[in-house]
Amino acid sequence: MKQAEFLDVVMPFKDKLFRLAKRLLVSTEEAEDATQEILLKLWSKNKAIEGYNNVEAFAMTMTKNFCLDRLKSKQAGNLKLVHSNYTDTNVSLQNHVEAMDSVGWIQKIMESLPEQQKMVLQLRDVEEYDFDEIAALLDMKPTAVRVALSRARKEVREKLMQKHSYGIG
Amino acid sequence: MELDKIEKLLEKYFEATTTVAEEETLRQYFVKGKVAPHLEQYQPLFQFFSKAKEEQYTRPVPLKPRKLYVKWISVAAVAVLIFGLYLGKDYQEKKEAEYAYAQTKKALGLLAANFSRGTEKVAYLKEFEEAKEKIYNNN
Repeated sequence: MKQAEFLDVVMPFKDKLFRLAKRLLVSTEEAEDATQEILLKLWSKNKAIEGYNNVEAFAMTMTKNFCLDRLKSKQAGNLKLVHSNYTDTNVSLQNHVEAMDSVGWIQKIMESLPEQQKMVLQLRDVEEYDFDEIAALLDMKPTAVRVALSRARKEVREKLMQKHSYGIG
Repeated sequence: MELDKIEKLLEKYFEATTTVAEEETLRQYFVKGKVAPHLEQYQPLFQFFSKAKEEQYTRPVPLKPRKLYVKWISVAAVAVLIFGLYLGKDYQEKKEAEYAYAQTKKALGLLAANFSRGTEKVAYLKEFEEAKEKIYNNN
Protein backbone atom coordinates (compact mmCIF):
# COMPACT_ATOMS: atom_id res chain seq x y z
CA MET A 1 0.00 0.00 0.00
CA LYS A 2 1.39 3.38 -0.98
CA GLN A 3 1.30 6.46 1.24
CA ALA A 4 -1.52 8.05 -0.73
CA GLU A 5 -3.70 4.95 -0.55
CA PHE A 6 -3.00 4.61 3.14
CA LEU A 7 -4.03 8.22 3.72
CA ASP A 8 -7.23 7.63 1.75
CA VAL A 9 -8.06 4.73 4.00
CA VAL A 10 -7.09 6.36 7.27
CA MET A 11 -8.29 9.95 6.80
CA PRO A 12 -12.04 9.25 7.11
CA PHE A 13 -11.76 7.72 10.56
CA LYS A 14 -8.70 9.24 12.19
CA ASP A 15 -10.88 11.78 14.02
CA LYS A 16 -13.01 8.95 15.35
CA LEU A 17 -9.92 7.27 16.76
CA PHE A 18 -8.90 10.53 18.36
CA ARG A 19 -12.32 11.16 19.89
CA LEU A 20 -12.52 7.65 21.30
CA ALA A 21 -9.02 8.03 22.74
CA LYS A 22 -9.95 11.37 24.23
CA ARG A 23 -13.14 10.01 25.73
CA LEU A 24 -11.11 7.38 27.52
CA LEU A 25 -7.93 9.29 28.34
CA VAL A 26 -9.57 12.72 28.89
CA SER A 27 -6.40 14.70 28.15
CA THR A 28 -6.07 16.01 24.61
CA GLU A 29 -2.31 15.45 24.51
CA GLU A 30 -2.63 11.88 25.69
CA ALA A 31 -5.31 11.26 23.12
CA GLU A 32 -3.16 12.73 20.37
CA ASP A 33 -0.24 10.56 21.41
CA ALA A 34 -2.48 7.51 21.42
CA THR A 35 -3.88 8.30 17.99
CA GLN A 36 -0.42 8.87 16.60
CA GLU A 37 0.70 5.56 18.02
CA ILE A 38 -2.23 3.74 16.46
CA LEU A 39 -1.67 5.37 13.08
CA LEU A 40 2.00 4.42 13.23
CA LYS A 41 1.09 0.84 14.02
CA LEU A 42 -1.36 0.80 11.13
CA TRP A 43 1.22 2.22 8.77
CA SER A 44 3.87 -0.23 9.90
CA LYS A 45 1.60 -3.09 8.90
CA ASN A 46 0.14 -1.45 5.83
CA LYS A 47 0.69 -4.65 3.85
CA ALA A 48 -1.48 -6.63 6.22
CA ILE A 49 -4.35 -4.15 6.41
CA GLU A 50 -4.96 -4.42 2.69
CA GLY A 51 -6.45 -7.79 3.49
CA TYR A 52 -8.89 -6.49 6.09
CA ASN A 53 -12.30 -5.56 4.83
CA ASN A 54 -12.99 -3.17 7.70
CA VAL A 55 -9.88 -1.23 8.61
CA GLU A 56 -11.91 1.28 10.61
CA ALA A 57 -13.28 -1.35 12.99
CA PHE A 58 -9.82 -2.83 13.31
CA ALA A 59 -8.31 0.58 14.11
CA MET A 60 -11.07 1.38 16.60
CA THR A 61 -10.44 -1.89 18.42
CA MET A 62 -6.72 -1.14 18.48
CA THR A 63 -7.42 2.30 19.90
CA LYS A 64 -9.73 0.92 22.55
CA ASN A 65 -7.19 -1.67 23.65
CA PHE A 66 -4.33 0.79 23.56
CA CYS A 67 -6.19 3.34 25.70
CA LEU A 68 -7.33 0.74 28.22
CA ASP A 69 -3.73 -0.44 28.51
CA ARG A 70 -2.59 3.13 29.00
CA LEU A 71 -5.14 3.60 31.75
CA LYS A 72 -3.98 0.43 33.45
CA SER A 73 -0.29 1.21 33.22
CA LYS A 74 1.46 3.13 35.95
CA GLN A 75 2.42 5.85 33.54
CA ALA A 76 -1.17 6.85 33.41
CA GLY A 77 -1.31 7.30 37.16
CA ASN A 78 -1.18 11.05 36.82
CA LEU A 79 -3.79 11.13 34.10
CA LYS A 80 -6.54 11.57 36.62
CA LEU A 81 -5.13 14.94 37.58
CA VAL A 82 -5.40 16.28 34.06
CA HIS A 83 -8.23 18.68 33.85
CA SER A 84 -10.46 18.50 30.88
CA ASN A 85 -9.34 21.08 28.36
CA TYR A 86 -12.44 21.06 26.31
CA THR A 87 -12.48 24.16 24.13
CA ASP A 88 -15.53 25.58 22.55
CA THR A 89 -15.15 26.50 18.92
CA ASN A 90 -18.79 26.88 18.11
CA VAL A 91 -19.67 30.56 18.16
CA SER A 92 -23.42 30.15 17.86
CA LEU A 93 -23.49 28.25 21.13
CA GLN A 94 -21.86 31.04 23.05
CA ASN A 95 -25.17 32.86 23.34
CA HIS A 96 -26.59 30.09 25.44
CA VAL A 97 -24.41 30.64 28.43
CA GLU A 98 -26.57 28.63 30.70
CA ALA A 99 -26.88 25.78 28.26
CA MET A 100 -23.12 25.91 27.75
CA ASP A 101 -22.61 25.50 31.43
CA SER A 102 -24.68 22.36 31.30
CA VAL A 103 -22.72 21.10 28.31
CA GLY A 104 -19.64 21.46 30.49
CA TRP A 105 -21.41 19.45 33.14
CA ILE A 106 -22.14 16.67 30.67
CA GLN A 107 -18.41 16.56 29.96
CA LYS A 108 -17.75 16.11 33.68
CA ILE A 109 -20.48 13.52 34.02
CA MET A 110 -19.07 11.59 31.08
CA GLU A 111 -15.66 11.58 32.75
CA SER A 112 -17.13 10.06 35.87
CA LEU A 113 -18.65 7.08 34.04
CA PRO A 114 -16.93 3.70 33.97
CA GLU A 115 -14.84 2.98 30.86
CA GLN A 116 -17.31 0.64 29.27
CA GLN A 117 -20.18 3.12 29.49
CA LYS A 118 -17.95 5.89 28.19
CA MET A 119 -17.09 3.81 25.16
CA VAL A 120 -20.66 2.75 24.49
CA LEU A 121 -21.91 6.34 24.68
CA GLN A 122 -19.06 7.60 22.55
CA LEU A 123 -19.53 4.97 19.86
CA ARG A 124 -23.30 5.26 19.75
CA ASP A 125 -24.21 8.85 20.49
CA VAL A 126 -21.19 10.53 18.99
CA GLU A 127 -20.01 8.22 16.23
CA GLU A 128 -23.45 6.71 15.52
CA TYR A 129 -22.33 3.12 15.15
CA ASP A 130 -25.02 0.47 15.21
CA PHE A 131 -25.24 -2.16 17.92
CA ASP A 132 -23.59 -4.92 15.92
CA GLU A 133 -20.55 -2.77 15.18
CA ILE A 134 -20.25 -1.72 18.80
CA ALA A 135 -20.67 -5.30 19.92
CA ALA A 136 -17.83 -6.39 17.64
CA LEU A 137 -15.60 -3.53 18.78
CA LEU A 138 -16.13 -4.04 22.47
CA ASP A 139 -16.30 -7.80 22.31
CA MET A 140 -19.80 -7.89 23.82
CA LYS A 141 -23.16 -9.27 22.80
CA PRO A 142 -25.48 -6.75 21.09
CA THR A 143 -28.02 -7.14 23.89
CA ALA A 144 -25.33 -6.38 26.44
CA VAL A 145 -24.44 -3.29 24.46
CA ARG A 146 -28.05 -2.19 24.58
CA VAL A 147 -28.24 -2.68 28.32
CA ALA A 148 -24.96 -0.85 28.90
CA LEU A 149 -26.06 2.00 26.66
CA SER A 150 -29.40 2.38 28.38
CA ARG A 151 -27.70 2.31 31.75
CA ALA A 152 -25.15 4.90 30.66
CA ARG A 153 -27.78 7.25 29.24
CA LYS A 154 -29.91 6.98 32.35
CA GLU A 155 -26.87 7.56 34.53
CA VAL A 156 -26.05 10.73 32.63
CA ARG A 157 -29.66 11.87 32.85
CA GLU A 158 -29.83 11.22 36.56
CA LYS A 159 -26.64 13.14 37.26
CA LEU A 160 -27.75 15.97 35.04
CA MET A 161 -31.10 16.15 36.88
CA GLN A 162 -29.24 16.34 40.18
CA LYS A 163 -27.26 19.30 38.89
CA HIS A 164 -30.43 20.95 37.69
CA SER A 165 -32.35 20.55 40.90
CA TYR A 166 -29.53 21.23 43.36
CA GLY A 167 -27.64 23.74 41.31
CA ILE A 168 -23.91 23.65 40.84
CA GLY A 169 -22.36 21.98 43.77
CA MET B 1 -41.93 17.79 14.84
CA GLU B 2 -44.82 16.91 17.12
CA LEU B 3 -44.07 17.06 20.75
CA ASP B 4 -45.43 13.68 21.76
CA LYS B 5 -43.42 11.97 19.08
CA ILE B 6 -40.30 13.53 20.57
CA GLU B 7 -41.39 12.50 24.04
CA LYS B 8 -41.87 8.93 22.90
CA LEU B 9 -38.53 8.93 21.17
CA LEU B 10 -36.89 10.25 24.33
CA GLU B 11 -38.40 7.48 26.34
CA LYS B 12 -37.14 4.95 23.83
CA TYR B 13 -33.80 6.70 23.78
CA PHE B 14 -33.21 6.08 27.47
CA GLU B 15 -34.22 2.45 27.03
CA ALA B 16 -31.70 2.35 24.18
CA THR B 17 -34.24 1.00 21.74
CA THR B 18 -34.08 3.89 19.29
CA THR B 19 -32.46 3.44 15.90
CA VAL B 20 -29.58 5.59 14.73
CA ALA B 21 -31.99 7.54 12.53
CA GLU B 22 -34.37 8.20 15.41
CA GLU B 23 -31.51 9.42 17.52
CA GLU B 24 -30.53 11.76 14.71
CA THR B 25 -34.10 13.12 14.75
CA LEU B 26 -33.83 13.76 18.47
CA ARG B 27 -30.47 15.44 18.07
CA GLN B 28 -31.78 17.69 15.33
CA TYR B 29 -34.76 18.64 17.46
CA PHE B 30 -32.65 19.59 20.45
CA VAL B 31 -29.86 21.32 18.59
CA LYS B 32 -31.79 23.29 15.99
CA GLY B 33 -35.48 23.48 16.77
CA LYS B 34 -37.35 25.29 19.46
CA VAL B 35 -37.36 23.09 22.52
CA ALA B 36 -40.44 22.69 24.71
CA PRO B 37 -39.78 24.07 28.21
CA HIS B 38 -40.15 20.77 30.02
CA LEU B 39 -37.64 19.15 27.69
CA GLU B 40 -35.02 21.85 27.94
CA GLN B 41 -33.14 19.88 30.54
CA TYR B 42 -32.16 17.35 27.88
CA GLN B 43 -30.84 19.98 25.53
CA PRO B 44 -27.28 20.09 26.85
CA LEU B 45 -26.98 16.33 26.46
CA PHE B 46 -27.61 16.40 22.74
CA GLN B 47 -25.67 19.59 22.27
CA PHE B 48 -22.75 17.90 23.91
CA PHE B 49 -22.91 14.95 21.53
CA SER B 50 -23.12 17.20 18.47
CA LYS B 51 -20.19 19.20 19.67
CA ALA B 52 -18.16 16.14 20.58
CA LYS B 53 -18.58 14.99 17.00
CA GLU B 54 -16.76 18.05 15.71
CA GLU B 55 -13.50 17.43 17.47
CA GLN B 56 -10.66 16.62 15.14
CA TYR B 57 -7.26 15.11 15.25
CA THR B 58 -5.01 17.98 14.26
CA ARG B 59 -1.56 16.42 14.14
CA PRO B 60 -0.24 15.29 10.78
CA VAL B 61 -0.55 11.60 10.03
CA PRO B 62 2.82 10.02 10.77
CA LEU B 63 4.10 7.95 7.91
CA LYS B 64 7.65 7.20 8.96
CA PRO B 65 7.77 4.63 11.71
CA ARG B 66 10.02 5.74 14.54
CA LYS B 67 10.92 2.20 15.46
CA LEU B 68 13.27 1.96 12.50
CA TYR B 69 15.53 4.61 14.05
CA VAL B 70 15.94 2.55 17.17
CA LYS B 71 17.01 -0.38 15.05
CA TRP B 72 19.63 1.62 13.17
CA ILE B 73 20.91 3.27 16.32
CA SER B 74 21.50 -0.14 17.86
CA VAL B 75 23.30 -1.30 14.74
CA ALA B 76 25.54 1.78 14.92
CA ALA B 77 26.16 1.22 18.62
CA VAL B 78 27.25 -2.37 18.04
CA ALA B 79 29.57 -1.26 15.22
CA VAL B 80 31.18 1.37 17.45
CA LEU B 81 31.57 -1.16 20.23
CA ILE B 82 33.27 -3.72 17.99
CA PHE B 83 35.54 -1.07 16.50
CA GLY B 84 36.40 0.10 20.00
CA LEU B 85 37.23 -3.43 21.14
CA TYR B 86 39.38 -3.93 18.06
CA LEU B 87 41.29 -0.68 18.68
CA GLY B 88 41.63 -1.47 22.36
CA LYS B 89 43.07 -4.87 21.57
CA ASP B 90 45.55 -3.32 19.16
CA TYR B 91 46.66 -0.83 21.77
CA GLN B 92 47.05 -3.52 24.40
CA GLU B 93 49.17 -5.64 22.05
CA LYS B 94 51.43 -2.67 21.39
CA LYS B 95 51.88 -2.08 25.12
CA GLU B 96 52.76 -5.73 25.65
CA ALA B 97 55.32 -5.66 22.85
CA GLU B 98 56.93 -2.54 24.31
CA TYR B 99 57.14 -4.18 27.71
CA ALA B 100 58.71 -7.32 26.22
CA TYR B 101 61.22 -5.19 24.31
CA ALA B 102 62.20 -3.30 27.46
CA GLN B 103 62.62 -6.53 29.43
CA THR B 104 64.76 -8.09 26.69
CA LYS B 105 66.90 -4.99 26.46
CA LYS B 106 67.46 -5.04 30.19
CA ALA B 107 68.41 -8.73 30.14
CA LEU B 108 70.83 -8.24 27.25
CA GLY B 109 72.33 -5.21 29.01
CA LEU B 110 72.92 -7.35 32.09
CA LEU B 111 74.56 -10.02 29.94
CA ALA B 112 76.80 -7.49 28.25
CA ALA B 113 77.91 -6.05 31.59
CA ASN B 114 78.85 -9.49 32.88
CA PHE B 115 80.73 -10.32 29.70
CA SER B 116 82.85 -7.20 29.91
CA ARG B 117 83.69 -8.01 33.52
CA GLY B 118 84.82 -11.44 32.20
CA THR B 119 87.18 -9.89 29.64
CA GLU B 120 88.75 -7.66 32.34
CA LYS B 121 89.75 -10.78 34.24
CA VAL B 122 91.13 -12.34 31.09
CA ALA B 123 93.48 -9.32 30.83
CA TYR B 124 95.48 -10.68 33.80
CA LEU B 125 96.11 -13.85 31.83
CA LYS B 126 97.79 -11.73 29.23
CA GLU B 127 100.24 -10.34 31.84
CA PHE B 128 101.05 -13.90 32.77
CA GLU B 129 101.71 -14.81 29.18
CA GLU B 130 104.09 -11.86 28.73
CA ALA B 131 106.05 -12.76 31.82
CA LYS B 132 106.30 -16.36 30.60
CA GLU B 133 107.59 -15.17 27.22
CA LYS B 134 110.29 -13.08 28.92
CA ILE B 135 111.53 -16.09 30.85
CA TYR B 136 111.63 -18.28 27.74
CA ASN B 137 113.53 -15.59 25.82
CA ASN B 138 116.09 -15.21 28.53
CA ASN B 139 116.82 -18.89 28.38
